Amino acid sequence: MENAKNLEEFQAKIDAEIKIEPKDWMPEEYRQHLIRQMSQHAHSEVIGMQPEGNWITRSPSLRARKILMAKVQDEGGHGLYLYCATETLGVSREQLIKWLHEGKAKYASVFNYPSPTWADMGAIGWLVDGAAIVNQVSLQRTSYGPYSRAMVRICKEESFHQRQGYEIMSTLMEGTAEQKKMAQEAFERWWWPSLMMFGPHDGDSPRSSNAMKWKIKRETNDDLRQQFIDKTIPQAELIGLKVPDANYKLLENGSYETSDIDWDEFWNVIKGNGPCNTQRIKHHAAAHDNGQWVREAAIAYNEKKEQSLKSA
Amino acid sequence: MESNLYKFCLRLADTSFILSYRLGEYVSHGPFLEEDLSITNVGLDLIGQAESLFKYAAEIKGGGTTDDDIAYKREESEYLNFHLVEYPNEDFAFITVRQFFMDVYNYHLFTGLMNSSDPTIAAVAAKSIKEVNYHLKRSRKWMLRLGDGTEVSHNKMQYAVNELWKYTDELFDMDDVHKSLVEEGVAIDLKEVQEKWIKDVEDALTEATVAKPDHVKHSLVYGKNGGHTDFMGYILTELQYLTNRYPDATW
Amino acid sequence: MSTDNQGPIWEVFVQSKPGKPYKHVGSLHAYDKEMAIENARDLYTRRNEGTGLWLVKAEEIVSVKPGDEESYFEPADDKIYRHPTFYNMPEGSKHI
Repeated sequence: MENAKNLEEFQAKIDAEIKIEPKDWMPEEYRQHLIRQMSQHAHSEVIGMQPEGNWITRSPSLRARKILMAKVQDEGGHGLYLYCATETLGVSREQLIKWLHEGKAKYASVFNYPSPTWADMGAIGWLVDGAAIVNQVSLQRTSYGPYSRAMVRICKEESFHQRQGYEIMSTLMEGTAEQKKMAQEAFERWWWPSLMMFGPHDGDSPRSSNAMKWKIKRETNDDLRQQFIDKTIPQAELIGLKVPDANYKLLENGSYETSDIDWDEFWNVIKGNGPCNTQRIKHHAAAHDNGQWVREAAIAYNEKKEQSLKSA
Repeated sequence: MESNLYKFCLRLADTSFILSYRLGEYVSHGPFLEEDLSITNVGLDLIGQAESLFKYAAEIKGGGTTDDDIAYKREESEYLNFHLVEYPNEDFAFITVRQFFMDVYNYHLFTGLMNSSDPTIAAVAAKSIKEVNYHLKRSRKWMLRLGDGTEVSHNKMQYAVNELWKYTDELFDMDDVHKSLVEEGVAIDLKEVQEKWIKDVEDALTEATVAKPDHVKHSLVYGKNGGHTDFMGYILTELQYLTNRYPDATW
Repeated sequence: MSTDNQGPIWEVFVQSKPGKPYKHVGSLHAYDKEMAIENARDLYTRRNEGTGLWLVKAEEIVSVKPGDEESYFEPADDKIYRHPTFYNMPEGSKHI
């Protein structure tokens, strides 16, 4: 009886665009959906530091080096905001990390691809962050307060990332023949994985309907994907890159028609068979395990200090 | 024949640059997320310091040399950084000790250099001291947390201090190049820096319950004169990979 | 025995410039006060967001219990006489 009334009030808030805050009543499914989505979003940011950090030490100029370090630092920061927002739902960061290591939590599949050249730093910033921006701008209006506020913060920082990436690509496309080749190949490597970031067609997405009803999600996967395609193809053409899709064409309404995604590849990578899935988790788990003694030392030291203050 | 001032700039710039390189390697390997970000920040401050000095060195060299030319296009023997900053990120204790030793040094060094007769050096020092203040607070606190944390952290800290101590005498060595710059008022007497360094480091070690090693000195040619440890070759291989492979490219 | 060693959560408040109120911007984990404020600086003020920082351990924050919101906040709804717009001022009156 009480639940039915609570549910009605909850849905009324959602419909009236009133944010749901941590201590508000919420259906358990809503809480679980958010824990899963927010923590996976957080994991994605942190795992993303790996392919992006791959070229920090080999950055070819002072400017490129500091920009890349700052960018990867931002990604860590985004993960942090999202972990903290997730924790407002009553689950600890330690637990979230455990689920990641156990394979119970996922992260954006796009980061299961390697970043073998400097041009990948450009492609990732331009395409992957570009896709993330489309998704995140939409998420700024999500119904859960802490998630929405984290997204507003993240969106402010994200456009530097996309510009950093596009600048690298356009610099390469104005460079030597080898640099142009490097850029074109990186573009081809990241184009399809970026489109896959928006997820399956909405009909094939099991949790889509609740997500839309509860305004966790504000636009469909396909709509967001189309927005990304429409803004990105002109950017590619402007700097002389060839879109790796023989069938793409500009329609009368200004939108682009493109080939369908290779869904076998999509599901294969999600299942854990992408090129770098194992490596990404191993790296993260190793850092976490190697850091255990440091975290324990910090706790022990603080306890000693608090003890000595008490007995003083 | 390179001027003393040019060498002096490189010694400072290369040390910050290589230390920043080591911190850049550590991104995404930190013991927890907040610390990963914090360490990256120190790395960014250090690149900024290096960049200012590389720009100055490029001006001194002239002939259209850029800061990137200096940072990326020299032979190993032309890099003049301390050995200490070449030491790898063996673990978080090594990272902490290496950083703390350099932070105490930079704190006293830059405090002195703010009064350098060379206005560019003085300006770099004045800007850097704000950053170094912060770095030092951070690294000193970590020395305490690890030294006086658990038995495991204490042992790792002691081990790192013992291993890195031998690289510290280079910090205070004054050769003719340095001495002549001291006479001109550009550089400062490192003996004074050493006294302050020893006091600050001893205080921290005591508070951290870590024993000070007996003085040990190694016999390699100092980094400030272009001699390097085995580690430097690998650092440069990575650092210079793209600029070596594509010498005509702009990035 | 908990294996959770991420440290306590701290809530972060930033003052954008002197004179402005402190605004809640998010949270972080830290093991002690010094680390908390240093991490807050690196996490929440990288882009000149502010000139002041306050940190409070999340467990110290007092907030209205869920379910109490009505009794806490609704009684103010009918006390409109606390607002200046409630009052009728003579036509032509100034500075009041």
